[in-house]
Amino acid sequence: MKSFKNHLSLIVALVSILFSLQIFTIVERSIDAYKDKLATNYSLVIVSQKKLEQQALLKKVPTIATMEEISPDSVIKKLDTKISKKNMDLLKVTLPKFYKLRLKKYPTPDEVEGITKKLMSIASITKVETFSATHDTIYKLLLLFKTVIFVLAFTILVVTVLLIFKELRIWQFKHNERMSIMSLFGAPTWLRSAVLFRLAIVDALIAAFISFVIFAYISSTEWVSQQLHTIGIQIIVFDKGYDFLMMLGVSIIVSVFLAGFIVLGHKEEV
Amino acid sequence: MDKVIIAQNLSLAYSDEDTIINKANFSIDSGSFVFITGASGSGKSTLLKSLYGALKPIEGSLVVGGVELKGVSNKKLNFLRKHLGIVFQDYKLVKEWTVEKNIMLPLIINSYEKSVTQTQVDSLLKHVRLKHQAGKYPLELSGGEQQRVAMARALAHNPILILADEPTGNLDDYSSQLIWNLLEGANEQLNTTVIVVTHHIPETMKVEYKHYHIEFGDIHEVL
Repeated sequence: MKSFKNHLSLIVALVSILFSLQIFTIVERSIDAYKDKLATNYSLVIVSQKKLEQQALLKKVPTIATMEEISPDSVIKKLDTKISKKNMDLLKVTLPKFYKLRLKKYPTPDEVEGITKKLMSIASITKVETFSATHDTIYKLLLLFKTVIFVLAFTILVVTVLLIFKELRIWQFKHNERMSIMSLFGAPTWLRSAVLFRLAIVDALIAAFISFVIFAYISSTEWVSQQLHTIGIQIIVFDKGYDFLMMLGVSIIVSVFLAGFIVLGHKEEV
Repeated sequence: MDKVIIAQNLSLAYSDEDTIINKANFSIDSGSFVFITGASGSGKSTLLKSLYGALKPIEGSLVVGGVELKGVSNKKLNFLRKHLGIVFQDYKLVKEWTVEKNIMLPLIINSYEKSVTQTQVDSLLKHVRLKHQAGKYPLELSGGEQQRVAMARALAHNPILILADEPTGNLDDYSSQLIWNLLEGANEQLNTTVIVVTHHIPETMKVEYKHYHIEFGDIHEVL
């Protein structure tokens, strides 16, 4: 029973590490998907004295996805209708060209600034409208959300690592005696620590399996798909292959590190 | 006669200031039965620890089974220990292993075949009269029974040298006699060298033995 409790505390600690890691992964995926969604809606408007070619702009700003000329008709229509057709045509010719630029990805405020500078370096461009106030607010909100989740996951990680170190002392005490006795009879290091590594790997497998079941269940619930639908994004909450392998890898690395620490810290009694 | 232990100017200490054995010279013949006596704190157990490499000499030379223990590497020390049988006063049994598995330990370390291991363990359990306790854990046994398990473990792999630290210190007469019989039997029948650290040499000893005494950091033979 006592031994089961010792196993349980390591398994719980490993599960919480995997849990915080997977939550952070899900948040990262959601933010990336949301950024993609924002990128399709976000555009810059540039004003140029001359007609612009997309290829020429792409050389300066490779992140441009599409360039679309905005027709001046809607602006002209708002002007006084008493203007003659001849003058109207003349006005159309003399008016600067307006272009709407879409980007391949949602830019950071620094990237927006960089793009503006590059575009303004083209002689014919007189104005670049980035709608920076709205853009910056959304970007900062996303950043804040990501930071909060990161801090939360990191806090869980730190607390769990502290728990694992406490567990390590128990393991060290428990296994030191057996390892010392084996050493007195000439057992090589690998044989002395084989039991420890076997236990650590079994615990890692159990923790990864428990986390797999939890996230496979969470990702299949209606509530999660409703939340994603409300935000308007489509992501893989839990990739049963990739995410499981990642969790298994992290779990094994942490527990093997723990076992290795005990083996290295083992001192023969004198 | 071959020497299984040769000590020359051997000094042992736990710290630099406190020398327990000071420039001792002695040798032990292969196949002999040796008692080491001395007052409490004289350095009997310290000397025994140095013989299985748990305490390295600070000065001089100590050769056990052909292995120089001063500055010995872990690999060489493991090699030597594989050929030793050690009996401790506090038994040093692995609590989470059964009696049977504890006895198997040196056989596993020496890579004996499974069938040989099982036969050897069965035979030893019969010798120490614990056949019925094979599946029990050390803490379920009395002190005498635990020491008999430790004795069986020390004999399991037919070691060249048995080192015993007050093996009957806390035992009842029955277990004590059984332990002495086993040690004498190993010495007589298998020609195993036996070194016993003790306060009292039993009067019932049947084999010929040598007696060394430790006093004031020096080791001398009692003739």
